Amino acid sequence: MALFNKQNKEVFASPLNLNNPIMVQVLGICSALAITSQLKPAIVMGLAVTIITAFSNVIISLIRKTIPTRIRIIVQLVVVAALVTIVSQILKAFAYDVSVQLSVYVGLIITNCILMGRLEAFAMMNKPWPSFLDGLGNGLGYAIILVVVGTVRELFGRGSLLGFQIIPDSFYSAGYVNNGMMTMPAMALILLGCVIWVHRSFFYKEEK
Amino acid sequence: MKTNSNSYTIIYSVILVIIVAFLLAFISKGLENRQNANVALDKKEQILYALNIRNINNAEADKQYKTIVEADEVIDENNKVLAPGSIGGEKDGFKLNSADFKAGKLALFICNIGGQKKYVIPIYGMGLWGAISGYIAINADKSTVYGAYFNHESETAGLGAEIKDNQKWQEQFKGKQLFKDNDPKTIALSVHKKIDDPKTQVDAVTGATLTSNGVTDMLHSCLSKYMKFLSDK
Repeated sequence: MALFNKQNKEVFASPLNLNNPIMVQVLGICSALAITSQLKPAIVMGLAVTIITAFSNVIISLIRKTIPTRIRIIVQLVVVAALVTIVSQILKAFAYDVSVQLSVYVGLIITNCILMGRLEAFAMMNKPWPSFLDGLGNGLGYAIILVVVGTVRELFGRGSLLGFQIIPDSFYSAGYVNNGMMTMPAMALILLGCVIWVHRSFFYKEEK
Repeated sequence: MKTNSNSYTIIYSVILVIIVAFLLAFISKGLENRQNANVALDKKEQILYALNIRNINNAEADKQYKTIVEADEVIDENNKVLAPGSIGGEKDGFKLNSADFKAGKLALFICNIGGQKKYVIPIYGMGLWGAISGYIAINADKSTVYGAYFNHESETAGLGAEIKDNQKWQEQFKGKQLFKDNDPKTIALSVHKKIDDPKTQVDAVTGATLTSNGVTDMLHSCLSKYMKFLSDK
């Protein structure tokens, strides 16, 4: 089996656009609202979810034939929780600054519906390699939306990107004011709605 | 293999949990030293930030801390020295945490910056969502603030988290007085939305009233424990 045959490419690429976990499946909204007020935590969270989804997909896919059907959700949860704990421990040891910044959100990855959704819908019935690609694709699809929302919110809410000031001081002295609403989670929901709207009107043809 | 029988399900879950438990215990133990070193270094950096020494890398922070801190004393509320501390303080006051603080063991970092004596006092309190903490550096006159640094565990990014992230906000504490009219009775240093007394009051963080109130409460409750030390000039 070729590693990048047409089917596998499809598995990887569709969650980036036509089957995006946030825009189309509408999963993982909660964390997308909470951590996008600045760009940096949004990027790190996107990467963390990508890594954890990909590897939990692989592990579940490897043991999928041995899992007793009645406790499969519990088994999935144990695997995800173990991976999240390991990632959080590694961050604390090797990237202390990042782990402090993400604080509670790393733990919250366990409850991200994208993970459970992909494990149940894909990894339970596919081989490890396609499962890995599926996890990677879905994680990145989630990360893209986080980055878009995070960019808009930080730019208009604080006038900076990744902590560097973008909107020049002359704007502020001319009367420009940062939009405080942008730093609130409510605005993230509205922005997310706009992203979904734009995406659907361009790419997504509803079946009639 | 029959994967639906009761015994299979029970054995499977037991084995899975044992494997995961061993794995996590192993990783946690293996990384413990590195994590503790990171926590200690972070604490040193926070103390340096309070002394307005910022933008330095980890190795340099470790070196600077050793030369700047002359002693990490432990005192009690009556200004009695419980432990003298040591140069490059890592043993006495440095080891204390918020629980020791509540028990009446107060850490006091005596620092020397370019020949001038500064005191650094740790403070602990509650923000909106979780614990907040900080360090206040005070001049040798025991009433003028030299610098301040605040930290939080789970305040909202962009709002309450500004007490940690916004360096300009922390710099507002520079030069403020701890006491109103220099009369060491009650702590006047506080965070307010409307400033009546610019000598002791600092502008609150916009959109984070409850976290700002938490900072005020923290300053009052913790610094008043040092009252005997602060009024002993």
